[in-house]
Amino acid sequence: MKPTEITRRELLAGAGLYVMIPVEILLAQEPERLPARAGYPTDFNAYLRIGPDGSVTGYAGKVELGQGAMTALAQLLAEELDVPYERVTMVLGDTELCPWDMGTFGSLTVRQFGPVFRAAAAEARAALLEMASEKLGVPVQDLEVRDGIVRERRNPERAVSYGALVAGRRIERRVSHATVKAPGAFQILGTAPSRKDGLEKVTGRAIYAGDVRLPGLLRARILRPPAHGAVLRELDTSEAEKIPGVQIVRDGNFVAVLHPQWDLADLALKRIRAKFEFQEVPLDDSNIFEHLVKNAPPPHTVHQQGDLAVGEKLAQIRLEATYLNSYVAHAPLETHSATAVVQGGKVTVWAGTQTPFRLKTQIAETLKIPEQNVRVITPYVGGGFGGKSASQQALEAARLAQLTGRPVQVVWDRAEEFFYDTFRPAAVVKIRAGLDAEQRLVFWDFYVYCAGDREAQQFYDIPHQRTLASGGWGSNPPGLHPFVVGPWRAPSVNTNTFARESHIDALAAQAGIDPVEFRMRHLRDPRMRRVLEAAASKFGWKPMKLPSGRGVGVSCAMYLGTYTAMMAEIEIDRNSGEIRVQRVVLAQDQGLVVNPDGSRQQMEGGIMMGLGYALTEEVRFRGRMVLDRNFDTYRIPRFSWMPRIETVLIENPEAPASGCGEPPIVNVGAAVANAFYDATGVRLYQLPMTPERVKQALAKT
Amino acid sequence: MVRTIRLTINGRTHEIETDDQRALLWVLREDLNLTGTKFGCGMGFCGACTVIVDRQAVRSCTTPVSAAAGKHVLTIEGLATDGQLHPLQQAFLERHAFQCGFCTPGMIMNAYGLLLQSPNPTRQEILDAMEGNLCRCGSYHRIVDAIEEAAARLRGGKQQ
Repeated sequence: MKPTEITRRELLAGAGLYVMIPVEILLAQEPERLPARAGYPTDFNAYLRIGPDGSVTGYAGKVELGQGAMTALAQLLAEELDVPYERVTMVLGDTELCPWDMGTFGSLTVRQFGPVFRAAAAEARAALLEMASEKLGVPVQDLEVRDGIVRERRNPERAVSYGALVAGRRIERRVSHATVKAPGAFQILGTAPSRKDGLEKVTGRAIYAGDVRLPGLLRARILRPPAHGAVLRELDTSEAEKIPGVQIVRDGNFVAVLHPQWDLADLALKRIRAKFEFQEVPLDDSNIFEHLVKNAPPPHTVHQQGDLAVGEKLAQIRLEATYLNSYVAHAPLETHSATAVVQGGKVTVWAGTQTPFRLKTQIAETLKIPEQNVRVITPYVGGGFGGKSASQQALEAARLAQLTGRPVQVVWDRAEEFFYDTFRPAAVVKIRAGLDAEQRLVFWDFYVYCAGDREAQQFYDIPHQRTLASGGWGSNPPGLHPFVVGPWRAPSVNTNTFARESHIDALAAQAGIDPVEFRMRHLRDPRMRRVLEAAASKFGWKPMKLPSGRGVGVSCAMYLGTYTAMMAEIEIDRNSGEIRVQRVVLAQDQGLVVNPDGSRQQMEGGIMMGLGYALTEEVRFRGRMVLDRNFDTYRIPRFSWMPRIETVLIENPEAPASGCGEPPIVNVGAAVANAFYDATGVRLYQLPMTPERVKQALAKT
Repeated sequence: MVRTIRLTINGRTHEIETDDQRALLWVLREDLNLTGTKFGCGMGFCGACTVIVDRQAVRSCTTPVSAAAGKHVLTIEGLATDGQLHPLQQAFLERHAFQCGFCTPGMIMNAYGLLLQSPNPTRQEILDAMEGNLCRCGSYHRIVDAIEEAAARLRGGKQQ
């Protein structure tokens, strides 16, 4: 792979079509769907280029993590331009070629960037129609476009292709009016074409950041402390240096071993003798929750309505509980990787990152060079789930490239991946709630520590309620967590949903009402009611009083505009304490579905991944040392865990697309915990529901 | 020990002078630039590095290159022949049995190893054989379906 395949200058000087149109016109058409536009270019050229041969290249600052961004964005472009999907190529996450973007997270690619991108394509199409009108001498309203060819409707012989319209010319045209297509006119949106990344991924040709090969490339292995916050006191590299070809770089605490081969650099690293000094921190995975509650920052009020004191007086049944979840790792199969080269004061970094533009700024700051001298290229990313919003490895590669003057590649090993992961924060949720004499929820007092406030607010209809949140996955007071925490697929929401839906279930049990019926009685939002009904119908839910002994559970959640309802059926091995999830039904209303198969991939994958945080995944640590270092002790879902999965996508194309990468995972913890209660009459208050915790809970009864 | 190791990779014979205790994975990736074989865990726990050595699926991250000396190694890059995807690749592609794609070469090669040993596996045999290959994106159902389909196509002799 060459460092620069196409420069910005070449691109701008190329023979493609550049349509100059103010983006605001279109953005204004869909005010409720629009993101804060700060930073997005208004010049449409930034988003697409039509080549002389009629092929279309789309540019977006999003990255392909596996979630199908490349495919969905190509569909949006093809749809609005009326060109075949096959003729669209996407360039993603290249800070030199692509328009600025905040990053690929929050299920935002289609929901927030989609309208901007569609608008760009619609404007380009309008401009091309005007150009065709002049060329053919036919009014615009008599023209139609199919497969990138503009024709006169009544006389299809009179035609001109996009390619011919732009050939050899640079056109800067503004149009005053353009509209995006209505859902009824979609031909490509709502279909499931072959994924753009498929062929490269099944042939091994897909390039990830650690697959970049450059002449003279050195692989770096970096000396790591045994615990966070440790300081290097003694260093002896003499044995390492005996390996031919090894180069040692030291810059303060930062010590790296470089060699043309990763494994030999690693061998040399293991021969370094180093002593670190660090303070013992009296925290581990058993006392962390107490510590978090005691040390969390003061809460803020997420939502308040009615009067809790009044609600409490009305309550005939009160229920109070505390829910816990542990630190969870992202554990993508691709460890953090990056390749950097410095040439003539300019640095180019290929990075497995979810935030190429933020990384560009960070690299400039680290290397103390102007931002315009930094280019970040994001090849395929081998899974992110929030963990690659942090890109320390890319800063390390850039720093080493600058220090050595050679191209440098950093590929973390699995232990580094666990050690430096920005874990999903361990968290505590305390809930008090009550039912009146008619078994209606009258008060709800929800206090979440450290998970974050996203979707903490109650969506069930309760007159007197308050939601407080303290701390989160963003910035935290020093010392609150023993290591860095960060966003993990649907940040906050897995924790908040586990707590809320467990508690709602417990209240349904107290009321002696079927848990689906109990939820329906407290749901007004027709979209939420519809997904719950759809899930129940697919599942074949039979009304029951909890616990029924069957081992079925339900959970509902909202995630940034997407509605989900899940039902799970489990089996418990009472001897081993193992929970086996046998069947999961997930119904989801995400508004407009750009690609139903892509959505189902996310739903199936989210369910599988969710089984991990529900059943086994928790990071073991002692003080600021991370004890899990690989997949032998940190157990993630595997083939033998596969439940039967059924997904239901609600047809709702008139509602804006609200994203589907994260919502499918949020119900798994609660649906399984509720199924456990239904099977046993015992409630589990802590995730993950490990065999040890299951046995302990069952032993108490 | 540094010595000359002769091995056949994807039908081509290579002579490599290297420490024979180095993992096959790194010789493939770093010395031969065959980057389709992935590093995931370095200890044989995830299967991303799976390649075929003399008709057996092995974890190349824990296989010393000396163990492949004189043998035939097949990597993901060598699976398609004459520009034709192998039925496993075709089935993975059509069923979208991948997301991020990082585990995909290992999944396909491990499945290839299974089908060499057992051309007509039951669904349970597929699950058992694939148990050591991890997919964090959770494409497991589609992968099993793709393997079943590819097995059927291979038994049928021709791609449908």
